[in-house]
Amino acid sequence: MQTLIVILTMLTLTFGIPIADAGEATPMAQDPKVEARLLAISEELRCLVCQNETLAASRAELANDLRVEIRRLIVEGKADKEIMDYLVARYGDFVLYRPPVKPSTWLLWFGPFVILAASIAGLLFYLRKRTARLGNSGGETLSEADLAEAHALLDEIGDRK
Amino acid sequence: MKRFLIPLMVFAVLVGFLAIGLMRDPHEVPSPLVGKPAPVFSLPQLATGAADFSPQQMRGKVWLLNVWSTWCVSCRAEHAYLVELAGQTQIPIIGLNYKEVRGDGQLDARKLSPAEEMQLVRKRANAWMAEHGNPYQISALDLDGRVGIDYGVYGVPETYLIDREGVIRFKQIGPLTPEAMQTRILPLIQKLEPRS
Repeated sequence: MQTLIVILTMLTLTFGIPIADAGEATPMAQDPKVEARLLAISEELRCLVCQNETLAASRAELANDLRVEIRRLIVEGKADKEIMDYLVARYGDFVLYRPPVKPSTWLLWFGPFVILAASIAGLLFYLRKRTARLGNSGGETLSEADLAEAHALLDEIGDRK
Repeated sequence: MKRFLIPLMVFAVLVGFLAIGLMRDPHEVPSPLVGKPAPVFSLPQLATGAADFSPQQMRGKVWLLNVWSTWCVSCRAEHAYLVELAGQTQIPIIGLNYKEVRGDGQLDARKLSPAEEMQLVRKRANAWMAEHGNPYQISALDLDGRVGIDYGVYGVPETYLIDREGVIRFKQIGPLTPEAMQTRILPLIQKLEPRS
């Protein structure tokens, strides 16, 4: 019985409070389709106040206002692209978690691949040089005298056993 | 010795990038509105509580639009300088009071009627001006922050420099400092309005 009470308390604490809070942040939550779109859009957007959070996750005042604004635009029948453009026009590309591909972001998008390609080229170049070097020095065979000496040493070990 | 040269160079370049990255303020997001016409609005004025301030009224003037609020801590720091600036120069400073009641986390604005909210906003803003001085020719009241969204406001205080044609020329994020005024804004104003 006691365990049950503890479990129920824990459940209420973990799930009860966010549910109670959700009502305050979403004053216009009636249409689940609108809410689904709002969530999808706001997960692609950055909250400008707490910059490492999405607009969907942030509890900042501005994030709340912007969600209300996005909801209004959805209800007005705006397309996702139009809503994104609306926010970019006001806050810049920084609000997008996926920055658009354009000359000023080429380094961002293609830089890692350029570095990868350069590293692979460098590695291949080094390996080729290394095989060439080993091919010259390591490929030499032992002279007759060296071979005889090696045999003599091995025999000596064999004798001691 | 030579084998350490390349890793050392790579490390130096990396340190260079990190140093630049660390010295930049991530909270200063460049505004896409600089160089674009200032968004149009019409909002009630603090003095009367009636709807009659719009940026078009400032056509032909180079002016500053300062976003402020009494709950904003940095505005407190900035305010004394604004008052000083208003006394020293001829540049009109227009205030945009941002979410005076709704932005204050200690108040629950949902319980207020629109008339009550307006009354409270004016009471708070006027008390603030009486105490700290009034640098503004006009203060417009953005009760719900909708105009703030159009201007891309994300952290009060913010200040916009708007030219005679109504184009935004500069945006200061955070408090307006004497340094920013001297090095960035005044030279721009000189260029936009050669006679002053």
